[in-house]
Amino acid sequence: MFHQIEGSLAVAKAVALCRPEVVSCYPITPQTHIVEAVSALVKSGELSPCEFVNVESEFAAMSLLIGASAAGARTYTATSSQGLLFMAEALFNASGLGLPIVMTDGNRAIGAPINIWNDHSDTMSMRDCGWIQLHAESNQEAIDLHIQAYKLAEQLSIPVMVCVDGFILTHAYEKVDLPTQKQVDDFLPPYEPVQVLDVNDPVTIGAMVGPEAYTEVRYLLHHKHTCAIELIEQIGMDFNSQFGRPSGGLITSYRTEGAETVIVALGSVNGTIQETVDELRDDGVKIGSIKITSFRPFPLAALRDALQHAKRVIVVEKYLAPGLGGILASNIRMALRGLNTKVGTIVAGLGGRAILKNSLREAVALAICDELEEPYFLDMNWDLIRGEIDRAGQTRRSGPTAEHVLRALRQSTANPETPLVPVAR
Amino acid sequence: MATDTVKFYQTGTFTVGNRLLDGKLRTIQSLPQRPNSLDSGHRACQGCGEALGARYAVDAAYRASGGKLMVVNATGCLEVFSTPYPESSWQVPWIHSLFGNAPAVASGVAAAMKAKGKPHTRVVAQGGDGGTVDIGFGCLSGMFERNDDVLYICYDNEAYMNTGVQRSGSTPPAARTATTQAVGPHPGNNFRQGKNLPRIAIAHGIPYVATASVADLHDLEAKVTAAMEVHGARYLHIQVPCPLGWGADPSHTIRLARLSIECGLFPVFEARDGAVTSVRKIRNRVAVDEYLKLQKRFAHLFGKNADQEALRSIQAIADNNIAFYNLLEASE
Repeated sequence: MFHQIEGSLAVAKAVALCRPEVVSCYPITPQTHIVEAVSALVKSGELSPCEFVNVESEFAAMSLLIGASAAGARTYTATSSQGLLFMAEALFNASGLGLPIVMTDGNRAIGAPINIWNDHSDTMSMRDCGWIQLHAESNQEAIDLHIQAYKLAEQLSIPVMVCVDGFILTHAYEKVDLPTQKQVDDFLPPYEPVQVLDVNDPVTIGAMVGPEAYTEVRYLLHHKHTCAIELIEQIGMDFNSQFGRPSGGLITSYRTEGAETVIVALGSVNGTIQETVDELRDDGVKIGSIKITSFRPFPLAALRDALQHAKRVIVVEKYLAPGLGGILASNIRMALRGLNTKVGTIVAGLGGRAILKNSLREAVALAICDELEEPYFLDMNWDLIRGEIDRAGQTRRSGPTAEHVLRALRQSTANPETPLVPVAR
Repeated sequence: MATDTVKFYQTGTFTVGNRLLDGKLRTIQSLPQRPNSLDSGHRACQGCGEALGARYAVDAAYRASGGKLMVVNATGCLEVFSTPYPESSWQVPWIHSLFGNAPAVASGVAAAMKAKGKPHTRVVAQGGDGGTVDIGFGCLSGMFERNDDVLYICYDNEAYMNTGVQRSGSTPPAARTATTQAVGPHPGNNFRQGKNLPRIAIAHGIPYVATASVADLHDLEAKVTAAMEVHGARYLHIQVPCPLGWGADPSHTIRLARLSIECGLFPVFEARDGAVTSVRKIRNRVAVDEYLKLQKRFAHLFGKNADQEALRSIQAIADNNIAFYNLLEASE
């Protein structure tokens, strides 16, 4: 049934349709609307039986789900940004223990400088925490991926993170098709744990493992990710046949037939990228794009297959690995090792900066002429950076960077001669 | 309190053989059907107070729950010595997650039981003083504040013993640890520091808080049993001497635990709904020196350069406890 609702509410309703039995909640922008909506569904009795627990930190939110999941309950929480980092230790623990927890991350930048807007710094920094990470392009896909996430998590007994771009998706009102309870029940069987705390069959969970078997136990987590590569495709196809719309899978190609240049990205920016591709195709440029849904496990074979005929790949990533550049681009180079494909990195959209079609077109033009710097920073205000480096170099006690950058920006924007903020053209 | 103090007049001691007690007052460990929740074969040191305390506490909780008990453990000595794979000593459903999250994991287990309509399955969380008063404190306070149906047991050996005896927020003043060494003008741990977690627990207004000691295992069992009769957040703080960390003879574990009570440094009491309701009276009061001098961690307070000022300050802490909790018998 179609609804015109906020992304957060759509996610909350989709999660409720999956019948979680324990939900923990700790507020952080921009995830708050999701857990608020779930809390109302539990309080009103619409989602029952379910225990909704307001905890004192994200570390506790994840820890509580570790206990609940180990005790055999289907579990859910949502977080963002600093919250995801605050649960870091528990994230590794949940995957190490093999607990099929499902969590939404409303993707948001990491401080300092504190910033509440969207990029992928949070989940990207937790890329090796052992969780499966699925990225939604739209609110419809966010709904669908949560339903698929429970099936995937429980089939492999591994936690799954559904990454939903903060504000861009969580706060966007879009038309979405919410499935019925029966549809979801038919797709998602009740949770049957592979390990459970049971008074009638006592087990020890979380024992210490020394060098004699630690590698093997860790490998078995890697093995689950290997299995997930196939299972994600399978669950996506099953979803399509039961719900009547394509959703999920590892990657999705867009107009890549005969494409010499392919843009690759995660999440909601794929909409802008596809429009850019359309415009460039109209101009005769042989270009397409690929949306990666599954960032972990990373679909090496699928990407190699999809990109093997491309001359160049441009990776748009909402993340900066200081001292390196891009992580997604590095991963794609691994998928393409041995091929002569050029892989460029565009760092874009950090801290909520808009990713504009015209800026992308400029970058693509540079890439086609082999003039794209590595990494390339989309719409970077180099005047501001040069000014700050000069200023800071003049004295030892140069003071806090962020405050000075903001001051310089305000002074320069007072002068209309020097536009420092990228504007839509 | 559920126990009566019985003096065995033939020998003049308080150590009473179970055969002299009424059947329902007999210690759980004396019963042939004792649960052995923490079974033999684990790797604790000789004279480990924590192993002894945990064995009695978890068995008592097991019996009180009718065998429907799940145990959540923080990282620490207890977790390490009881679980090296695949030699788990636990005969109960048991989970270890992290150092600082045992109370939250336990809340999760309790929430799952509630959601699944199994309120009679009970949850005990346990950890050492580091996992409780320091790194796990946030989660513990949250569990208390929500009044989640969990009994949390802290086995307090007064430092980070598992990592090699470093200071914790529960290390007593003047004690030597690997990070408060017996050097400089003020050797050992600082005065006027540290957390009194039983009192912090009481301040949360939770239904049951108690302290207990491995020197009085019957009282310890009775307190676990009393705690299990209540639903909601409950806290039990057990002092457990550590021969390794305290620099004490393994055969002195019980003696040290007893002297700690008898000198007034470790008050044994019970509190319900925010107020202290009973205290275990001191039987033969001793000076703090009697307790401290048996431990190498306090050796710098004695001998040629005895630190009388520090000893007076520690005695003042004991005197203050005795006055605050009214620990002396009326006749004394």
